[in-house]
Amino acid sequence: MEQKIRFKLNGKNTEIITDPNQTLLWVLRNQLGLTGTKYGCGTGFCGACTVLINREATRSCMLPVSDIQGTEVITIEGLSRGGKLHPLQQAFIDHDALQCGYCTPGMIMTAAAMIMKNPSLTRQQIIEGLEENLCRCGAHTRIIDAVETASKEMKGGR
Amino acid sequence: MKKNDSKVSSETTSETGNGMKRRSFLKIVGGGIIVFFQPWGALENIGAQTQRRTLTQDYNAFLQIAEDGTVSCFTGKIEMGQGVITSLAQMMADELNVPIGKVKMIMGDTDLCPYDAGTWGSQTTQTFGPAMRAAAAEARGVLVDLAAARLGVPVSQLEVRDGFVVDSKNPNRSVSYASLTKGKKLEKYLDVKPAPEDYTQFTYVGKPLNHSDALLKVTGKAKYTGDLKLPGMVFARILRPPSHGAKLSAVDVSDAEKVEGTHVVRDGDFIAVLNENKDRADEAIVKIKAEYTFNELKADDRNLYDRMVGADSRAQVLNAEGDTELGYRQSDKIFESEFHDPYLAHASIETHTALAKQEGDKMTVWASTQSPFGLQDGIVRELGYPREKVRVITPFVGGGFGGKAAFQQGVEAARLAKLTGKPIMLVWSRDEEFFYDTFHPAGVVRIRSGIDKNGFIKLWDYSVYYGGTRGSDTIYNVPNTKTTSYSQNMDSVMIHPFATGPWRAPNNNANTFARESQIDIMAAGAGTDPLEFRLKNLSDEKMISCWNAVAEKFGYVPSKTPGGRGIGMACGTDAGTWVATIVEVKVDKTTGKVRVLRVACAQDMGLCVNPQGALIQMEGCIQMALGYTFTEEIRFEGGNIKNRGFDTYEIPRFSWTPKMECVILDRLNMPPKGGGEPAIITVGAAVANAIFDATGARLYRMPMTPARVLEAIKKV
Repeated sequence: MEQKIRFKLNGKNTEIITDPNQTLLWVLRNQLGLTGTKYGCGTGFCGACTVLINREATRSCMLPVSDIQGTEVITIEGLSRGGKLHPLQQAFIDHDALQCGYCTPGMIMTAAAMIMKNPSLTRQQIIEGLEENLCRCGAHTRIIDAVETASKEMKGGR
Repeated sequence: MKKNDSKVSSETTSETGNGMKRRSFLKIVGGGIIVFFQPWGALENIGAQTQRRTLTQDYNAFLQIAEDGTVSCFTGKIEMGQGVITSLAQMMADELNVPIGKVKMIMGDTDLCPYDAGTWGSQTTQTFGPAMRAAAAEARGVLVDLAAARLGVPVSQLEVRDGFVVDSKNPNRSVSYASLTKGKKLEKYLDVKPAPEDYTQFTYVGKPLNHSDALLKVTGKAKYTGDLKLPGMVFARILRPPSHGAKLSAVDVSDAEKVEGTHVVRDGDFIAVLNENKDRADEAIVKIKAEYTFNELKADDRNLYDRMVGADSRAQVLNAEGDTELGYRQSDKIFESEFHDPYLAHASIETHTALAKQEGDKMTVWASTQSPFGLQDGIVRELGYPREKVRVITPFVGGGFGGKAAFQQGVEAARLAKLTGKPIMLVWSRDEEFFYDTFHPAGVVRIRSGIDKNGFIKLWDYSVYYGGTRGSDTIYNVPNTKTTSYSQNMDSVMIHPFATGPWRAPNNNANTFARESQIDIMAAGAGTDPLEFRLKNLSDEKMISCWNAVAEKFGYVPSKTPGGRGIGMACGTDAGTWVATIVEVKVDKTTGKVRVLRVACAQDMGLCVNPQGALIQMEGCIQMALGYTFTEEIRFEGGNIKNRGFDTYEIPRFSWTPKMECVILDRLNMPPKGGGEPAIITVGAAVANAIFDATGARLYRMPMTPARVLEAIKKV
């Protein structure tokens, strides 16, 4: 029943033995202790559980963990490197682009995938790219600003 | 600085108000200087009146200057994104003149913090803040007294600066708070309501400051309840009825028990599955076969408004001035309207979550709640624990908006921990979150009003049914007014088929929608520009200042409506704050789809403690308001909630975001008022009025869906 799954998690080779039908979300949260990835709806509608799989923004709440065999997974905990915040994280702080903060990791991971694909995002592309991520506090306008700032900064290097 | 009566007390064992002995509190927090205080203003607000425990005998908070010089405030208030963890710290840092990094907020822990009714109603800054500052001033007085003795100089010669008491005549002579508090254990009690303060002297208050918890939140390190884990912890799922009012008649749990690692718990009709693995708990719960009997109200989202106005209700006249018959006779034109407002869900992204642990005879519950002491009471009441054996701790809360004033999940988790002895993690599913929400109550408003030949309002007869009365004030100058509230008659059939509760600025949205639409209808009827009409009928200087500020920000050019421009406006008051809003919309007349292009909003909230935080709250209110304005509406059939997901209950998205221009009026000499809710109240009405301006179509029902907009356009 249980299965060995090997993948790269936040830059480290990782091997877990687990029920392959479990969702990636709860394996991350409960088995691997990475609780920055949040449960919001369990049906892929809110985006709070977004992680990067092979640099693609992916909803972890409906994904069987067996699907990540051999992939590279990055969660919010793995975004900053060497003690330095990712430009998106810094921009979210600088723009105060959060309130309760619960949707924030999913927002940042979704935006990170967008910037990886296209480092010169337009405001319209940012809005379209984040459209399926929900925030109830209404931090939208600041989130758009933060992603725009980070995108500009990353275009110039890194 | 004002002086408060106080006494220095030695060891004492009297109660702190939440059942814990003060001696044990001191044991936990250690020594230093501790000032006990209470938010006097809270005695006057609704939250306190509805609580069973009286606040008057309690000191409602503590402030401690610890032996290392750290300043801590222990309060039952909680942080849910509204930013008080930052604004309260700003107030403390100012009063004690310490770097803001030295201030710690310890919030929402029933063992460490004294009783608090709950975090709602935009009360934290306006009622709790001033009391906390007074306590800080008291602590400062103690520090200065100690320093005077230590340095051998009179108190009048000392001042406080960056965590030191300094001899003003000889600045080289100073002594730190840390060294003054070392080895001390001093208690002070504030018994006198503080006098208003001179806000202009502050370092932090009034200055924009980013959220102090942002770093934790952008790195995934901030701990919400669901992020906690205890040894032996299991996830729980609870069997739920298909509709409110359904009763379990038969159940078969055998298939659920076959899911690996599943333990089924049964206590009467309360049935749950436990599993160390969350996905398996989810798998097991749907395998329970259950049958129900139904005895539901014959109510649904189509007949509810007729039921409300036709019911045998309890009528209460809230306000009456002049004579409405006289007002009728003085009026040249009479306008009669009926407005409808639906049930709304809070829909926080974090669902109600709780972790409960039974240890010996003590129950500890971590919960996402706006009401830690309410949950403590709930566990005492429903599970029979003595109060001192129940501790509720509130980690970060992932959104509340009033919905987490309800704490059912915490009682459920505690019940399962009590039944099984295991640490229980209960994370409500999104379906449960929608089903058990304490919805914003639906309501009806009927208005009969009249204007004379000169465009002055002479009659205002306002009736609100079942929604709630907050924001039902007339605001405008009217000689003949009457406001009547119709609510549940306990001898009569129930109107609301499920639980309702506060939803950000409770029902002020609906009352403001009704009032400001009616004002607009009258302005159009008088052939007058709607801003001119309002200013002509207003004498409230704060409201007029807001109008002037927002008109300037928007660049408003007067025009009669409908003028085809798509510009609309509304004003109101909430939580002691005045707000005026002007919006511009674009209406697609073929699809009925409305887009808000820009929103200008001006707010008078007294002293603004953290302008950055307040601005963010205004923006959040405007964005959230677009939901009740365009899409949000609970659909139901009897006790069955039909939309229980984000696919069927749509909340605002990025593409809806308008350009926002917010103004906070400079009011340094006024006490601070609420800021978490006011700006949400005016948006719906302003959009309705803008749709009228664009199309000549008048909307009387929220939300203003494309279908309803089209229907209204057809009637033009």
